[in-house]
Amino acid sequence: MSIPTQTKASPPSRTITAVLKEYAGLLIPIGVVLFIIAWPTITGKDISREAMFTVLLSIALASSLNILLGYSGYVSFGHVVFFGLGGYVGFYLMSVHEWLLWPAMAAGGVSSGLLAFLLGKAILRLRGGYFALATIGINEAIRAAINNFTPFGGPVGMTLNFQVYKNYGGASEALWLSFYTLAAMTLIVITVSYFVRTSKFGLGLLAIREDEDAAEIMGVIAPNAKTWAYVLSAIIPGVLGVLFFFKNGSIEPLPAFRLHFSIEMIVMVMLGGQGTVLGPIIGGLGYQSLRGFLLTSPIFKNIQLAVAGALLLLIILFIPSGIVGWLRKRVPALRRVLR
Amino acid sequence: MDFLLASLIDGLLLGFVYGIAAMGLTLIWGVMNVINLSHGPIIALGMFGVYYIFSALGIHPYLALIAVAAGGLLLGGLIYFVAVHRVIDAPHLSTLLATFSVNMIIIGLGTAAFSASPRNVDFTLGSFEIGSITILGTRLVAAILAMFVTGGLYLFLYKSRYGRYIRAVTDNRDAAELMGVPSVRILALSFGLGTMLAAISGGLIATFFPFTILAGGSYELKSFVVSVLGGLGNPVGALLAGLILGAIEGIIPTVLPTTWVPVLEFVLFILILLFRPQGLFKTKSS
Repeated sequence: MSIPTQTKASPPSRTITAVLKEYAGLLIPIGVVLFIIAWPTITGKDISREAMFTVLLSIALASSLNILLGYSGYVSFGHVVFFGLGGYVGFYLMSVHEWLLWPAMAAGGVSSGLLAFLLGKAILRLRGGYFALATIGINEAIRAAINNFTPFGGPVGMTLNFQVYKNYGGASEALWLSFYTLAAMTLIVITVSYFVRTSKFGLGLLAIREDEDAAEIMGVIAPNAKTWAYVLSAIIPGVLGVLFFFKNGSIEPLPAFRLHFSIEMIVMVMLGGQGTVLGPIIGGLGYQSLRGFLLTSPIFKNIQLAVAGALLLLIILFIPSGIVGWLRKRVPALRRVLR
Repeated sequence: MDFLLASLIDGLLLGFVYGIAAMGLTLIWGVMNVINLSHGPIIALGMFGVYYIFSALGIHPYLALIAVAAGGLLLGGLIYFVAVHRVIDAPHLSTLLATFSVNMIIIGLGTAAFSASPRNVDFTLGSFEIGSITILGTRLVAAILAMFVTGGLYLFLYKSRYGRYIRAVTDNRDAAELMGVPSVRILALSFGLGTMLAAISGGLIATFFPFTILAGGSYELKSFVVSVLGGLGNPVGALLAGLILGAIEGIIPTVLPTTWVPVLEFVLFILILLFRPQGLFKTKSS
């Protein structure tokens, strides 16, 4: 009995470097994110915490979207609907029913996941442009509905009583708490993204992306796989919506369901490289750094949107596989370590 | 009852303008399977075109519309060659994002050039009274012009050589190319026609509503709804669906608060996409 277990244990050739190499696809992204998380402590400035909050939020949202967009190739143009809806549900529970942040975040995630599950089977039947249009329609419909929904405050939205932050040790403590909660969520998304990418489920999604009909013939149950990818990619935006609006202190329909924000997520995924684990991280960091630079630069300040648009166009036209995809294509040695 | 009728007629007249805006979107979709996300900013540029030609040069807004249409046609051809041509056969995401980056460029430059303060074309044609119903002159003229534009488009597509080329490329681009149709130029022309229709609709809207450079966004969303209602790729369907949307916008506010209008519009939009993706007017076989 003891012999098989011995052979199953790691053979002597499997040194630490071998394990590192095997999991490089996970460790490199985690390392990059840990560095971003540590940055505010390194600089010791509150302002870099705020900047990194935006970067981490972008990375986490882009990575969740990537599970659907990058792996299965379905373009969810209105993905912000999950951020907004989750945010609204959690915010309502915190402000009206005095829930604490964490259960509210869980409730936000559950409601977004549930919405994705209910919508999934119906709208994932649509392909290409039709699916993209449907997701835009859903975002607009839900925003318009919440505009009329009085328990959620209608068009004026809701605000948190400032006293709420006392539960977390005061307002400035709450900012650090939000930052580290976001950091933890970002690490979770990346780990999930990696394991989806390397699993059989993920392989099925990639097959759907390449050719959905062929994938179905090869035994991928496409409707189920797509639905679960949709649900997975919806949960974290719902959770983060609650966190974001908790930190913000108020919620309104327009900022919660801003279509432009949705498209920014797609841009980040494309910039870094769709369908890779590292891509959305590089994309989120790159996009937000660029945006920060353009907004503060005296030359580009007034036309920052136009400059960003021109850069996006250049990427779409000339490096459609994004930074990570381009590196993988150019440097074969990186294919093993960059996922 | 009079209120309902007045509101309905107002909505229907506006519906013609929605119709031609959507026709631009649906034409581009039909010919090359591209959802043009720069549609909204081009509508806004049409508004600014009429505004500046009228207020700076003093030319009549409806004459200005001719210049705006020509500008829209050229701009569309330019956008096609710069942003769309290279990715026309790539997956949908590429063309969506390529046209969206054009959207960002126009909005970015437009905000810097025109600022975000609202403008208004100071022009009126008075109003007509029929019984107890009042109709604004500018809206009536806009609807009539929209009908002329539709008629012109129909004649162009079905009676002219280039129109026949466009229809050939829509049916099968490779086969059209083999028959000697210059397909790249035809694609650019179709994109130009689509943006021309958007610019004209913007110019017409500018004669009765105030606007900013961001004003095109909501008409772009309406164009999506109208195009899907009428069947993506079906220009005549788009005009009829525009009238339906106009009627909805006219009737709903008489029974429910106005804020419910977008809810119903987008729910209808999703239902049509799910259960009748070919649109309201086309049978599955045709």
